Amino acid sequence: MAANEITATRLIPQAPHRRLLHGDLGGRILLGILAAMIVVVPVLNLMVPADSPFHVSTYAVTLMGRYLCFALLALALDLVWGYCGILSLGHGAFFALGGYAMGMYLMRQIGDRGVYGDPVLPDFMVFLGWEKLPWFWYGFDHFWFAALMVLAVPGLLGFVFGWLAFRSRVTGVYLSIISQAMTYALMLAFFRNEMGFGGNNGLTDFKDILGFSISAPGTRVALFMASGLALGASYLICRTIVRSRLGRVVTAVRDAEPRTRSLGYRTDRYKLWVWTVSAMLSGLAGALYVPQVGIINPSEFSPLNSIEAVVWVAVGGRGTLYGAALGGALVNYAQTLLTAWLAELWLFVLGALFVAVTLFFPRGLVGLLRRRGDGS
Amino acid sequence: MSWLETTREVMRRDQVFDLVRPAQSVSAGLDTRHGPILYLEDVTVSFDGFRALDELTLYIDDGELRCIIGPNGAGKSTMMDVITGRTRPDHGAAWFGQRLDLLRMDETEIARAGIGRKFQKPTVFPNHRVVENLELAMAGPRGVWSALGARLTGEGRDRIDSVLEEIGLGEAGHELAGKLSHGQKQWLEIGMLLMQNPRVLLVDEPVAGMTHQEMDRTAELLTRLAGRHSVVVVEHDMEFVRSIARQVTVLHQGAVLAEGSMDEVQSDPRVVEVYLGE
Ligand SMILES: Nc1ncnc2c1ncn2[C@@H]1O[C@H](COP(=O)(O)OP(=O)(O)OP(=O)(O)O)[C@@H](O)[C@H]1O
Ligand SMILES: [Mg+2]
Repeated sequence: MAANEITATRLIPQAPHRRLLHGDLGGRILLGILAAMIVVVPVLNLMVPADSPFHVSTYAVTLMGRYLCFALLALALDLVWGYCGILSLGHGAFFALGGYAMGMYLMRQIGDRGVYGDPVLPDFMVFLGWEKLPWFWYGFDHFWFAALMVLAVPGLLGFVFGWLAFRSRVTGVYLSIISQAMTYALMLAFFRNEMGFGGNNGLTDFKDILGFSISAPGTRVALFMASGLALGASYLICRTIVRSRLGRVVTAVRDAEPRTRSLGYRTDRYKLWVWTVSAMLSGLAGALYVPQVGIINPSEFSPLNSIEAVVWVAVGGRGTLYGAALGGALVNYAQTLLTAWLAELWLFVLGALFVAVTLFFPRGLVGLLRRRGDGS
Repeated sequence: MSWLETTREVMRRDQVFDLVRPAQSVSAGLDTRHGPILYLEDVTVSFDGFRALDELTLYIDDGELRCIIGPNGAGKSTMMDVITGRTRPDHGAAWFGQRLDLLRMDETEIARAGIGRKFQKPTVFPNHRVVENLELAMAGPRGVWSALGARLTGEGRDRIDSVLEEIGLGEAGHELAGKLSHGQKQWLEIGMLLMQNPRVLLVDEPVAGMTHQEMDRTAELLTRLAGRHSVVVVEHDMEFVRSIARQVTVLHQGAVLAEGSMDEVQSDPRVVEVYLGE
């Protein structure tokens, strides 16, 4: 209350705090945990002997790396859903495209070590009897090019999709449906062998990345660390966005779009901007995911994946960036635990979780924790 | 519009393509030398054959405070929709000053050119604080990239301060707008209008749901604004209209039924008939 009395004298002390994380306790905790993990996990894996109880297996490291990728996808989804009110049921498409871009690089790194030993063509192309590399595979032998495409391809798809949708004022459930249709259409397309992405087998049998063996513990640890760094950096990017005036406009669009337009803002451009940024971050998540699981195939485009991502965000706490990231990691951790003994039931559990969260904890886990905090 | 209609539109011989016409530039500024700041001429809007506006002709002078009354469904809000570019008329002309053709501008361009609007149903941004609502409305660049790096300047802060003072929300600056009372939301919306620094304020039913006390303050506020801005007020509350009006226009079935001072209008037999006939 004392703070209020002080502000009464000077009404607008809201000098924008230069510190990005001012008042963002959840964000600090998230970044703190990330930083600790990035330091501790590699030590426990590489330096602690395997028979010690403190040893973290390479398998576990990779598992955690994957959770971090899902957390990044959830973060990206929350940026458009939680802050801009656009419920995307197709974010898995951006994730998968980023994954394919990385997969193409990894395929070309195989070189003549494939089954057919062709120095340039990946195995599946030789198998299909193709003579030369399709034009869209050019450049993917360079890491920098692939890294660029990891952001550019999902970004471009997001831009074109968003441009068409937002300009013609497609909103609400219609937008959700067409985003779902987009990822479904891509899945069907990528299943086809003629597309040149390995058909239903996808891309796999990767050998190395940047010259390091992809299965070596050191590489696994490095990929885990890269995922952690990417999540942390993306968190800061998203936080910068939502704290800026741009972020306030975007939230205004979520709450009252016609009003925002009548203030002179071209709301479609704001939506397009965050949508495209979110697509690129999703692509980054997919690109880090693929070398850790060792395969990318069209099932990554499955509509179910996109819907699952929505559940993660809802469970974690829609509209809080750290909540979404938490949801992405925790729900997947729960899935790993559960699938060990009731694999078939997982989807039901997930569905029940979603219903429960929507009905009882509309603000997700984060809302629950906050309420606890306020009560004490 | 079907493609057939579109083609017909393209083939019309009584007008040239937009791209051949000289581009109009907002920066050329307003020209109000001839008096009116808003011109509506023969504006017709129909919804599925029903004429919400029927050859409406109306002029608003620079700096005047005009009240528009009329029974429900008379077309008052639709008229504001036409001026702000939310609804395109079937035919007719709408000009802002002498130079700006409102029918060739979209909603955001019109807002930036200096026409602000308060909607009939008060809409503020509920999850933003009051000061943030005002900040969003503040005149200035509206581009995405400039919003990313935008910072509130000292000048902007002073402006927000003075508007807060003017709309009587000085104490509530840091509250969430969604938490305000109905009357306070109406004021906040008027405040947001002021932040836009508009030449014309279109105010749709500003005192709906207000107590008498609040109404008096609103009347005072609106009269204070006239002169600096042109103010068009749509209101049902006759007592309120009487307290602020100099010039009153009565709309009925999408057209002007009568115009004049409050007394003249109220003694007009046609107006009496329309209101009693309800
Ligand atoms: N988008 C629309 N589609 C169909 N009919 C509409 C639409 N907008 C308005 N109308 C109709 O046009 C007529 C004029 O509506 P308008 O909202 O302009 O009236 P108004 O004078 O503002 O009335 P009120 O005092 O109730 O606000 C009404 O009969 C309304 O039903
Ligand atoms: Mg109305």
